[in-house]
Amino acid sequence: MSAVLNEQAAPVPVLEGWFTLDQQRPHLLGTRCTACGTYYFPKLKGYCRNPDCNGESFEEVPLSRSGKLWSFTNASYQPPEPYVQVDKDAFVPFAIAAVELEKEKMIVLGQVVAGTGVESLRAGLTMELVLEPLADGKLTWKWKPVA
Amino acid sequence: MSTNRDIAILGVGMHPWGKWGKNFVEYGVKAARDALADSGVNWRDIQFVSGAATIRNGYPGQVAGATFAQALGWQGAQVNTSYAACASGSQALAAARSKILSGECEVALVIGADTTPKGFLKPQPGDRPDDPDWVRFRIGITNPTYFALYARRRIEMYGDTLEDFAQVKIKNAQHGLANVNARYRKAFSAADVAASPMVADPLRLMDICATSDGAAAIIVSSVEYAKRIGKAKSPRIAAISTVTPSFASALVEMPDIATDSAVAVPAQSFRAALPKKAYEEAGIGPEDVSVAEVYDLSTALELDWIEDLQLCARGDAARLLREGATKVGGRLPVNPSGGLACFGEAVPAQALAQVCELTWQLRGQAGERQVANAKVGITANQGLFGHGSSVIVKA
Repeated sequence: MSAVLNEQAAPVPVLEGWFTLDQQRPHLLGTRCTACGTYYFPKLKGYCRNPDCNGESFEEVPLSRSGKLWSFTNASYQPPEPYVQVDKDAFVPFAIAAVELEKEKMIVLGQVVAGTGVESLRAGLTMELVLEPLADGKLTWKWKPVA
Repeated sequence: MSTNRDIAILGVGMHPWGKWGKNFVEYGVKAARDALADSGVNWRDIQFVSGAATIRNGYPGQVAGATFAQALGWQGAQVNTSYAACASGSQALAAARSKILSGECEVALVIGADTTPKGFLKPQPGDRPDDPDWVRFRIGITNPTYFALYARRRIEMYGDTLEDFAQVKIKNAQHGLANVNARYRKAFSAADVAASPMVADPLRLMDICATSDGAAAIIVSSVEYAKRIGKAKSPRIAAISTVTPSFASALVEMPDIATDSAVAVPAQSFRAALPKKAYEEAGIGPEDVSVAEVYDLSTALELDWIEDLQLCARGDAARLLREGATKVGGRLPVNPSGGLACFGEAVPAQALAQVCELTWQLRGQAGERQVANAKVGITANQGLFGHGSSVIVKA
Protein backbone atom coordinates (compact mmCIF):
# COMPACT_ATOMS: atom_id res chain seq x y z
CA MET A 1 0.00 0.00 0.00
CA SER A 2 2.68 2.45 0.97
CA ALA A 3 4.68 1.52 -2.12
CA VAL A 4 1.70 2.42 -4.28
CA LEU A 5 1.34 5.72 -2.48
CA ASN A 6 5.03 6.49 -3.01
CA GLU A 7 4.72 5.78 -6.69
CA GLN A 8 1.83 8.17 -6.94
CA ALA A 9 3.43 10.91 -4.87
CA ALA A 10 4.56 13.84 -7.00
CA PRO A 11 8.34 13.88 -7.49
CA VAL A 12 10.05 16.52 -5.40
CA PRO A 13 12.82 18.54 -7.10
CA VAL A 14 15.92 19.47 -5.13
CA LEU A 15 15.46 23.06 -6.38
CA GLU A 16 11.96 24.31 -7.10
CA GLY A 17 11.56 25.70 -10.61
CA TRP A 18 15.09 24.95 -11.82
CA PHE A 19 13.99 22.19 -14.24
CA THR A 20 10.89 20.53 -15.64
CA LEU A 21 9.80 17.25 -14.08
CA ASP A 22 9.22 15.48 -17.40
CA GLN A 23 10.99 12.18 -16.69
CA GLN A 24 11.45 11.38 -20.38
CA ARG A 25 12.61 14.73 -21.72
CA PRO A 26 13.47 17.08 -18.86
CA HIS A 27 14.74 20.61 -19.46
CA LEU A 28 16.64 23.05 -17.27
CA LEU A 29 14.62 26.24 -16.92
CA GLY A 30 16.35 29.56 -17.53
CA THR A 31 15.40 33.03 -18.56
CA ARG A 32 16.24 35.00 -21.69
CA CYS A 33 16.56 38.75 -22.04
CA THR A 34 13.95 39.85 -24.57
CA ALA A 35 16.19 42.74 -25.69
CA CYS A 36 19.57 41.08 -26.40
CA GLY A 37 18.72 37.37 -26.28
CA THR A 38 21.21 36.49 -23.52
CA TYR A 39 20.25 33.37 -21.59
CA TYR A 40 20.52 33.01 -17.82
CA PHE A 41 20.76 29.88 -15.70
CA PRO A 42 19.81 30.00 -12.93
CA LYS A 43 16.97 32.33 -13.88
CA LEU A 44 17.71 36.03 -13.78
CA LYS A 45 15.04 38.67 -13.59
CA GLY A 46 15.31 42.40 -13.10
CA TYR A 47 18.23 43.77 -15.11
CA CYS A 48 20.26 42.20 -17.91
CA ARG A 49 23.98 41.74 -17.09
CA ASN A 50 25.18 42.32 -20.64
CA PRO A 51 27.03 45.65 -20.23
CA ASP A 52 25.66 46.87 -23.59
CA CYS A 53 22.05 46.00 -22.82
CA ASN A 54 19.48 47.91 -20.78
CA GLY A 55 16.97 45.05 -20.92
CA GLU A 56 14.58 44.64 -18.01
CA SER A 57 12.22 42.11 -19.52
CA PHE A 58 12.85 38.37 -19.35
CA GLU A 59 11.02 35.31 -20.60
CA GLU A 60 11.29 31.88 -18.99
CA VAL A 61 12.78 29.39 -21.45
CA PRO A 62 13.67 25.70 -21.38
CA LEU A 63 17.39 25.25 -22.14
CA SER A 64 18.71 22.79 -24.71
CA ARG A 65 18.52 19.22 -23.45
CA SER A 66 21.90 18.24 -24.88
CA GLY A 67 25.35 19.62 -25.46
CA LYS A 68 29.02 18.74 -25.79
CA LEU A 69 31.12 17.67 -22.83
CA TRP A 70 33.55 20.54 -22.11
CA SER A 71 35.28 18.92 -19.14
CA PHE A 72 34.61 16.50 -16.32
CA THR A 73 35.76 15.36 -12.90
CA ASN A 74 34.41 13.43 -9.94
CA ALA A 75 33.77 13.67 -6.22
CA SER A 76 35.90 10.97 -4.60
CA TYR A 77 34.78 12.04 -1.13
CA GLN A 78 31.34 12.94 0.15
CA PRO A 79 30.83 16.71 -0.20
CA PRO A 80 29.96 18.62 2.99
CA GLU A 81 26.39 19.70 3.83
CA PRO A 82 24.02 20.81 2.41
CA TYR A 83 24.87 17.78 0.23
CA VAL A 84 22.77 15.00 1.75
CA GLN A 85 24.98 13.02 4.07
CA VAL A 86 24.89 9.24 4.04
CA ASP A 87 26.86 6.75 6.06
CA LYS A 88 30.51 7.13 5.05
CA ASP A 89 30.68 3.53 3.83
CA ALA A 90 27.56 4.01 1.74
CA PHE A 91 28.91 7.02 -0.17
CA VAL A 92 29.41 6.24 -3.85
CA PRO A 93 31.74 8.60 -5.75
CA PHE A 94 30.04 10.31 -8.69
CA ALA A 95 31.28 12.06 -11.82
CA ILE A 96 30.57 15.72 -12.59
CA ALA A 97 30.25 17.18 -16.07
CA ALA A 98 30.58 20.65 -17.56
CA VAL A 99 28.45 20.66 -20.70
CA GLU A 100 28.52 23.32 -23.40
CA LEU A 101 25.11 24.20 -24.81
CA GLU A 102 25.49 25.32 -28.41
CA LYS A 103 22.40 27.47 -28.83
CA GLU A 104 22.72 29.21 -25.47
CA LYS A 105 26.54 29.46 -25.73
CA MET A 106 26.97 28.59 -22.08
CA ILE A 107 28.48 25.82 -19.97
CA VAL A 108 26.32 24.16 -17.31
CA LEU A 109 27.57 21.90 -14.52
CA GLY A 110 25.79 18.88 -13.13
CA GLN A 111 26.38 15.41 -11.79
CA VAL A 112 26.79 12.59 -14.29
CA VAL A 113 24.27 9.72 -14.04
CA ALA A 114 25.04 7.01 -11.51
CA GLY A 115 27.20 4.23 -12.90
CA THR A 116 29.13 6.39 -15.36
CA GLY A 117 32.64 7.20 -14.15
CA VAL A 118 35.30 9.52 -15.52
CA GLU A 119 37.01 6.63 -17.32
CA SER A 120 34.16 6.50 -19.84
CA LEU A 121 34.10 10.25 -20.50
CA ARG A 122 36.05 12.44 -22.91
CA ALA A 123 35.69 16.02 -24.08
CA GLY A 124 33.34 16.47 -27.01
CA LEU A 125 30.94 13.65 -26.08
CA THR A 126 27.28 14.49 -26.58
CA MET A 127 25.56 14.61 -23.20
CA GLU A 128 21.85 14.77 -22.53
CA LEU A 129 19.85 15.89 -19.53
CA VAL A 130 18.12 13.32 -17.34
CA LEU A 131 16.60 13.33 -13.85
CA GLU A 132 17.83 11.17 -10.99
CA PRO A 133 17.23 11.25 -7.26
CA LEU A 134 19.83 12.34 -4.70
CA ALA A 135 20.26 10.27 -1.54
CA ASP A 136 17.23 11.93 0.08
CA GLY A 137 15.02 11.02 -2.88
CA LYS A 138 14.78 14.56 -4.22
CA LEU A 139 15.24 14.81 -7.98
CA THR A 140 18.13 16.64 -9.55
CA TRP A 141 19.31 17.12 -13.12
CA LYS A 142 22.19 14.99 -14.31
CA TRP A 143 24.15 14.62 -17.53
CA LYS A 144 24.23 11.30 -19.36
CA PRO A 145 26.44 10.37 -22.33
CA VAL A 146 24.39 9.68 -25.46
CA ALA A 147 25.16 6.16 -26.62
CA MET B 1 54.37 57.53 -18.71
CA SER B 2 55.13 54.50 -16.61
CA THR B 3 58.14 55.95 -14.77
CA ASN B 4 56.38 58.78 -12.98
CA ARG B 5 53.54 56.46 -12.01
CA ASP B 6 55.91 54.14 -10.13
CA ILE B 7 56.12 53.85 -6.37
CA ALA B 8 59.03 52.44 -4.39
CA ILE B 9 59.05 49.32 -2.20
CA LEU B 10 61.11 50.32 0.85
CA GLY B 11 60.57 47.27 3.01
CA VAL B 12 58.85 43.90 3.20
CA GLY B 13 58.09 41.51 6.02
CA MET B 14 56.18 38.32 6.67
CA HIS B 15 55.03 36.14 9.53
CA PRO B 16 55.73 32.50 8.62
CA TRP B 17 52.74 30.62 7.20
CA GLY B 18 51.38 27.73 9.27
CA LYS B 19 48.62 26.75 11.66
CA TRP B 20 49.74 28.62 14.75
CA GLY B 21 46.43 28.96 16.58
CA LYS B 22 46.90 32.64 17.37
CA ASN B 23 44.93 35.79 16.59
CA PHE B 24 45.56 37.27 13.14
CA VAL B 25 46.59 40.59 14.72
CA GLU B 26 49.73 39.02 16.19
CA TYR B 27 50.81 37.75 12.79
CA GLY B 28 50.16 41.13 11.19
CA VAL B 29 52.13 43.10 13.75
CA LYS B 30 55.12 40.79 13.41
CA ALA B 31 55.06 41.21 9.60
CA ALA B 32 54.65 45.00 9.93
CA ARG B 33 57.53 45.35 12.37
CA ASP B 34 59.75 43.30 10.06
CA ALA B 35 58.75 45.44 7.06
CA LEU B 36 59.40 48.66 9.01
CA ALA B 37 62.82 47.39 10.12
CA ASP B 38 63.60 46.35 6.55
CA SER B 39 62.65 49.81 5.28
CA GLY B 40 64.41 51.84 7.94
CA VAL B 41 61.26 53.95 8.26
CA ASN B 42 60.01 54.76 11.76
CA TRP B 43 56.45 53.68 12.53
CA ARG B 44 55.59 57.23 13.53
CA ASP B 45 56.56 58.39 10.03
CA ILE B 46 54.00 56.13 8.33
CA GLN B 47 51.26 58.42 7.02
CA PHE B 48 48.78 55.86 5.72
CA VAL B 49 47.85 52.35 6.89
CA SER B 50 46.21 50.26 4.18
CA GLY B 51 44.76 47.03 5.56
CA ALA B 52 43.66 43.99 3.55
CA ALA B 53 40.60 42.31 5.02
CA THR B 54 38.82 39.01 4.83
CA ILE B 55 35.32 38.13 5.95
CA ARG B 56 36.70 35.09 7.74
CA ASN B 57 39.33 36.40 10.12
CA GLY B 58 39.07 38.05 13.52
CA TYR B 59 35.57 38.63 14.74
CA PRO B 60 32.78 41.02 13.76
CA GLY B 61 33.75 44.55 14.65
CA GLN B 62 37.41 44.26 13.74
CA VAL B 63 38.45 46.18 10.64
CA ALA B 64 41.87 45.24 9.29
CA GLY B 65 43.52 48.65 8.75
CA ALA B 66 42.51 50.20 12.07
CA THR B 67 43.11 46.96 14.00
CA PHE B 68 46.73 46.81 12.87
CA ALA B 69 47.21 50.56 13.36
CA GLN B 70 46.03 50.26 16.95
CA ALA B 71 48.15 47.18 17.64
CA LEU B 72 51.23 49.00 16.31
CA GLY B 73 50.27 52.02 18.43
CA TRP B 74 47.83 54.70 17.26
CA GLN B 75 49.90 57.54 15.85
CA GLY B 76 47.33 59.47 13.82
CA ALA B 77 47.97 58.02 10.35
CA GLN B 78 45.24 57.98 7.72
CA VAL B 79 43.65 54.54 7.49
CA ASN B 80 41.76 52.39 4.99
CA THR B 81 40.58 48.80 4.68
CA SER B 82 40.13 46.88 1.43
CA TYR B 83 38.13 43.72 0.93
CA ALA B 84 38.41 41.93 -2.39
CA ALA B 85 38.53 38.23 -1.47
CA CYS B 86 41.92 36.77 -2.52
CA ALA B 87 42.86 40.08 -4.14
CA SER B 88 42.38 42.09 -0.93
CA GLY B 89 46.13 42.59 -0.57
CA SER B 90 46.51 43.99 -4.08
CA GLN B 91 43.59 46.35 -3.60
CA ALA B 92 45.12 47.57 -0.33
CA LEU B 93 48.37 48.11 -2.26
CA ALA B 94 46.45 49.99 -4.98
CA ALA B 95 44.84 52.21 -2.33
CA ALA B 96 48.29 53.10 -0.99
CA ARG B 97 49.57 53.81 -4.48
CA SER B 98 46.64 56.15 -5.17
CA LYS B 99 47.33 58.10 -1.98
CA ILE B 100 51.01 58.35 -2.86
CA LEU B 101 50.58 59.29 -6.52
CA SER B 102 47.92 61.88 -5.67
CA GLY B 103 50.31 63.45 -3.17
CA GLU B 104 48.08 62.78 -0.17
CA CYS B 105 50.84 60.83 1.52
CA GLU B 106 54.45 59.91 0.90
CA VAL B 107 54.91 56.66 2.75
CA ALA B 108 52.44 53.91 3.64
CA LEU B 109 52.15 50.54 5.33
CA VAL B 110 50.19 47.86 3.43
CA ILE B 111 49.28 44.85 5.52
CA GLY B 112 47.25 41.64 5.45
CA ALA B 113 46.97 38.74 7.89
CA ASP B 114 44.72 35.74 8.36
CA THR B 115 43.84 33.07 10.86
CA THR B 116 42.09 30.20 9.10
CA PRO B 117 39.28 28.18 10.63
CA LYS B 118 39.76 24.49 11.35
CA GLY B 119 38.37 21.92 8.93
CA PHE B 120 36.79 22.36 5.52
CA LEU B 121 35.08 25.53 4.43
CA LYS B 122 31.32 25.03 4.28
CA PRO B 123 28.48 27.31 3.24
CA GLN B 124 26.17 28.88 5.81
CA PRO B 125 23.50 26.43 7.05
CA GLY B 126 19.79 26.56 6.26
CA ASP B 127 17.75 26.14 3.09
CA ARG B 128 18.94 28.91 0.79
CA PRO B 129 18.29 28.11 -2.89
CA ASP B 130 18.95 31.74 -3.92
CA ASP B 131 22.60 31.48 -2.80
CA PRO B 132 24.78 29.92 -5.55
CA ASP B 133 27.26 28.76 -2.92
CA TRP B 134 24.51 26.79 -1.14
CA VAL B 135 23.14 25.42 -4.42
CA ARG B 136 26.41 23.99 -5.68
CA PHE B 137 27.18 22.18 -2.42
CA ARG B 138 23.58 20.89 -2.38
CA ILE B 139 24.17 19.08 -5.68
CA GLY B 140 27.68 17.94 -4.76
CA ILE B 141 30.01 20.52 -6.31
CA THR B 142 32.92 21.50 -4.03
CA ASN B 143 35.91 23.84 -4.48
CA PRO B 144 38.20 21.16 -5.97
CA THR B 145 35.52 20.44 -8.60
CA TYR B 146 36.29 23.71 -10.38
CA PHE B 147 40.07 23.27 -10.30
CA ALA B 148 39.64 19.70 -11.52
CA LEU B 149 37.44 20.76 -14.44
CA TYR B 150 40.12 23.24 -15.57
CA ALA B 151 42.83 20.58 -15.10
CA ARG B 152 40.92 17.95 -17.07
CA ARG B 153 40.32 20.48 -19.83
CA ARG B 154 44.11 20.83 -20.16
CA ILE B 155 44.47 17.05 -20.47
CA GLU B 156 41.75 16.90 -23.11
CA MET B 157 42.89 19.95 -25.11
CA TYR B 158 46.68 19.97 -24.79
CA GLY B 159 47.63 16.46 -23.78
CA ASP B 160 48.89 17.42 -20.31
CA THR B 161 49.32 14.44 -18.00
CA LEU B 162 48.96 13.69 -14.30
CA GLU B 163 52.75 13.40 -14.28
CA ASP B 164 52.99 17.02 -15.49
CA PHE B 165 50.77 18.18 -12.63
CA ALA B 166 52.90 16.17 -10.19
CA GLN B 167 56.01 17.84 -11.59
CA VAL B 168 54.58 21.27 -10.69
CA LYS B 169 54.24 20.08 -7.08
CA ILE B 170 57.74 18.60 -7.07
CA LYS B 171 59.21 21.82 -8.50
CA ASN B 172 57.43 24.13 -6.06
CA ALA B 173 58.26 21.90 -3.10
CA GLN B 174 61.90 22.09 -4.13
CA HIS B 175 61.69 25.90 -4.33
CA GLY B 176 60.07 26.20 -0.91
CA LEU B 177 62.56 23.95 0.89
CA ALA B 178 64.77 26.83 2.00
CA ASN B 179 62.03 29.45 2.43
CA VAL B 180 61.70 30.20 6.14
CA ASN B 181 58.24 31.71 5.59
CA ALA B 182 56.83 28.61 3.87
CA ARG B 183 54.59 26.26 5.85
CA TYR B 184 55.51 23.05 4.04
CA ARG B 185 59.25 22.58 3.59
CA LYS B 186 59.53 19.01 2.38
CA ALA B 187 60.69 17.52 -0.91
CA PHE B 188 58.24 15.32 -2.80
CA SER B 189 58.82 12.63 -5.41
CA ALA B 190 56.51 11.66 -8.26
CA ALA B 191 55.76 8.50 -6.27
CA ASP B 192 54.71 10.61 -3.23
CA VAL B 193 52.25 12.60 -5.32
CA ALA B 194 50.94 9.49 -7.08
CA ALA B 195 50.36 7.86 -3.69
CA SER B 196 48.24 10.74 -2.38
CA PRO B 197 44.49 10.14 -2.60
CA MET B 198 42.47 11.29 -5.62
CA VAL B 199 40.15 14.09 -4.50
CA ALA B 200 38.63 15.32 -7.75
CA ASP B 201 39.95 13.42 -10.76
CA PRO B 202 42.57 14.28 -12.13
CA LEU B 203 43.65 16.17 -9.00
CA ARG B 204 45.09 14.41 -5.96
CA LEU B 205 45.34 15.80 -2.46
CA MET B 206 48.90 16.99 -3.18
CA ASP B 207 47.75 18.87 -6.27
CA ILE B 208 45.47 21.13 -4.22
CA CYS B 209 46.61 23.90 -1.87
CA ALA B 210 45.70 24.11 1.82
CA THR B 211 44.62 27.15 3.86
CA SER B 212 47.05 28.67 6.35
CA ASP B 213 47.62 31.36 8.93
CA GLY B 214 50.10 34.01 7.83
CA ALA B 215 50.81 37.70 7.35
CA ALA B 216 52.63 39.95 4.90
CA ALA B 217 53.42 43.65 5.07
CA ILE B 218 54.99 46.13 2.67
CA ILE B 219 56.26 49.70 3.17
CA VAL B 220 55.74 51.72 -0.02
CA SER B 221 56.57 55.35 -0.77
CA SER B 222 56.86 57.91 -3.50
CA VAL B 223 60.03 57.61 -5.58
CA GLU B 224 61.03 61.07 -4.28
CA TYR B 225 60.73 59.92 -0.67
CA ALA B 226 62.82 56.85 -1.44
CA LYS B 227 65.55 59.06 -2.91
CA ARG B 228 65.42 61.39 0.08
CA ILE B 229 66.08 58.58 2.56
CA GLY B 230 68.85 57.11 0.44
CA LYS B 231 66.80 54.25 -1.04
CA ALA B 232 66.70 55.38 -4.66
CA LYS B 233 67.55 51.89 -5.86
CA SER B 234 64.57 50.22 -4.20
CA PRO B 235 62.44 47.98 -6.44
CA ARG B 236 59.47 49.82 -7.97
CA ILE B 237 55.87 48.84 -8.41
CA ALA B 238 55.16 49.52 -12.06
CA ALA B 239 51.59 48.20 -12.30
CA ILE B 240 48.70 47.00 -10.15
CA SER B 241 45.85 45.51 -12.16
CA THR B 242 42.62 44.82 -10.28
CA VAL B 243 40.18 44.74 -13.21
CA THR B 244 36.82 42.98 -13.05
CA PRO B 245 35.92 40.21 -15.44
CA SER B 246 34.26 41.19 -18.72
CA PHE B 247 30.87 39.72 -19.58
CA ALA B 248 30.49 36.97 -20.80
CA SER B 249 32.55 34.64 -18.59
CA ALA B 250 34.41 31.96 -20.55
CA LEU B 251 34.86 29.62 -17.57
CA VAL B 252 32.52 28.40 -14.88
CA GLU B 253 33.80 30.28 -11.84
CA MET B 254 33.38 29.14 -8.27
CA PRO B 255 30.67 29.15 -6.85
CA ASP B 256 28.59 29.37 -10.06
CA ILE B 257 26.72 26.50 -11.66
CA ALA B 258 27.01 27.89 -15.21
CA THR B 259 28.93 30.42 -17.27
CA ASP B 260 27.32 33.53 -18.69
CA SER B 261 25.67 33.02 -22.04
CA ALA B 262 27.84 34.37 -24.86
CA VAL B 263 24.92 34.81 -27.27
CA ALA B 264 25.09 38.60 -27.40
CA VAL B 265 28.70 39.29 -26.33
CA PRO B 266 31.71 36.99 -26.93
CA ALA B 267 33.07 34.95 -24.00
CA GLN B 268 36.21 36.37 -22.38
CA SER B 269 38.81 34.93 -20.02
CA PHE B 270 39.09 36.75 -16.68
CA ARG B 271 42.49 35.28 -15.83
CA ALA B 272 44.00 36.48 -19.10
CA ALA B 273 42.56 39.99 -18.63
CA LEU B 274 44.36 40.57 -15.31
CA PRO B 275 48.01 40.56 -16.54
CA LYS B 276 47.01 42.18 -19.84
CA LYS B 277 46.03 45.34 -17.97
CA ALA B 278 49.20 45.14 -15.86
CA TYR B 279 51.44 44.95 -18.94
CA GLU B 280 49.66 47.93 -20.49
CA GLU B 281 50.03 49.94 -17.30
CA ALA B 282 53.74 49.15 -16.91
CA GLY B 283 54.47 49.68 -20.58
CA ILE B 284 56.31 46.37 -20.80
CA GLY B 285 55.53 42.96 -22.24
CA PRO B 286 55.76 39.31 -21.26
CA GLU B 287 59.16 39.11 -23.00
CA ASP B 288 60.54 41.39 -20.26
CA VAL B 289 59.50 39.13 -17.37
CA SER B 290 62.29 37.36 -15.49
CA VAL B 291 60.25 35.76 -12.66
CA ALA B 292 56.56 35.14 -11.85
CA GLU B 293 54.60 34.37 -8.70
CA VAL B 294 51.24 32.85 -9.66
CA TYR B 295 48.24 31.65 -7.68
CA ASP B 296 48.65 27.86 -7.79
CA LEU B 297 45.44 26.90 -6.00
CA SER B 298 46.07 23.67 -7.89
CA THR B 299 49.17 22.38 -9.68
CA ALA B 300 47.39 22.46 -13.04
CA LEU B 301 46.28 26.04 -12.46
CA GLU B 302 49.93 27.14 -12.40
CA LEU B 303 50.13 25.97 -16.02
CA ASP B 304 47.00 27.96 -16.92
CA TRP B 305 48.47 31.09 -15.33
CA ILE B 306 51.75 30.76 -17.28
CA GLU B 307 49.68 30.95 -20.47
CA ASP B 308 47.43 33.74 -19.13
CA LEU B 309 50.61 35.74 -18.40
CA GLN B 310 51.52 35.17 -22.08
CA LEU B 311 54.83 33.62 -21.05
CA CYS B 312 54.16 30.96 -23.71
CA ALA B 313 51.49 30.13 -26.27
CA ARG B 314 48.18 28.66 -25.07
CA GLY B 315 48.70 24.95 -24.41
CA ASP B 316 52.51 25.15 -24.20
CA ALA B 317 52.98 25.56 -20.42
CA ALA B 318 53.55 21.85 -19.77
CA ARG B 319 56.29 21.88 -22.41
CA LEU B 320 57.99 24.75 -20.55
CA LEU B 321 57.71 22.75 -17.33
CA ARG B 322 59.13 19.59 -18.90
CA GLU B 323 62.08 21.60 -20.29
CA GLY B 324 62.83 22.82 -16.77
CA ALA B 325 62.29 26.45 -17.81
CA THR B 326 59.96 27.22 -14.88
CA LYS B 327 62.23 26.07 -12.07
CA VAL B 328 64.85 28.24 -10.38
CA GLY B 329 67.86 27.95 -12.68
CA GLY B 330 65.62 27.74 -15.75
CA ARG B 331 65.02 30.65 -18.10
CA LEU B 332 61.64 31.68 -16.63
CA PRO B 333 61.22 30.59 -13.00
CA VAL B 334 57.65 30.42 -11.72
CA ASN B 335 56.81 30.43 -8.00
CA PRO B 336 60.37 30.56 -6.66
CA SER B 337 58.83 31.13 -3.18
CA GLY B 338 57.33 27.64 -3.39
CA GLY B 339 53.92 29.10 -4.21
CA LEU B 340 50.67 28.16 -2.57
CA ALA B 341 51.85 24.54 -2.73
CA CYS B 342 54.33 25.35 0.05
CA PHE B 343 52.41 28.13 1.76
CA GLY B 344 48.73 27.24 1.72
CA GLU B 345 46.44 30.20 1.21
CA ALA B 346 46.16 32.98 3.80
CA VAL B 347 43.62 35.02 1.87
CA PRO B 348 44.26 38.72 2.73
CA ALA B 349 48.03 38.20 3.00
CA GLN B 350 48.65 36.07 -0.07
CA ALA B 351 48.73 38.68 -2.83
CA LEU B 352 51.09 40.75 -0.66
CA ALA B 353 53.29 37.71 0.00
CA GLN B 354 53.72 37.40 -3.78
CA VAL B 355 55.02 40.99 -3.90
CA CYS B 356 57.32 40.34 -0.91
CA GLU B 357 58.89 37.42 -2.78
CA LEU B 358 59.40 39.47 -5.94
CA THR B 359 61.02 42.21 -3.84
CA TRP B 360 63.52 39.77 -2.36
CA GLN B 361 64.17 38.33 -5.82
CA LEU B 362 64.78 41.74 -7.40
CA ARG B 363 67.09 42.76 -4.55
CA GLY B 364 69.03 39.50 -4.91
CA GLN B 365 68.18 38.48 -1.33
CA ALA B 366 66.31 35.22 -2.02
CA GLY B 367 69.15 32.93 -0.97
CA GLU B 368 68.99 29.38 -2.31
CA ARG B 369 65.89 30.13 -4.36
CA GLN B 370 67.39 33.26 -5.98
CA VAL B 371 66.53 33.77 -9.64
CA ALA B 372 69.70 34.93 -11.39
CA ASN B 373 69.61 38.50 -12.68
CA ALA B 374 65.92 39.06 -11.85
CA LYS B 375 64.86 42.45 -13.25
CA VAL B 376 61.09 42.28 -13.73
CA GLY B 377 58.62 40.19 -11.73
CA ILE B 378 54.89 39.72 -12.18
CA THR B 379 52.20 38.28 -9.92
CA ALA B 380 48.89 36.69 -10.83
CA ASN B 381 46.08 36.08 -8.43
CA GLN B 382 42.36 35.31 -8.58
CA GLY B 383 39.67 34.87 -5.97
CA LEU B 384 35.95 34.81 -5.53
CA PHE B 385 33.29 37.28 -6.64
CA GLY B 386 35.14 38.58 -9.69
CA HIS B 387 38.26 39.66 -7.84
CA GLY B 388 41.81 39.16 -9.03
CA SER B 389 45.06 41.02 -9.45
CA SER B 390 48.36 41.21 -11.25
CA VAL B 391 51.24 43.32 -9.95
CA ILE B 392 54.45 44.14 -11.81
CA VAL B 393 57.60 44.88 -9.81
CA LYS B 394 60.79 46.04 -11.51
CA ALA B 395 64.32 46.55 -10.29
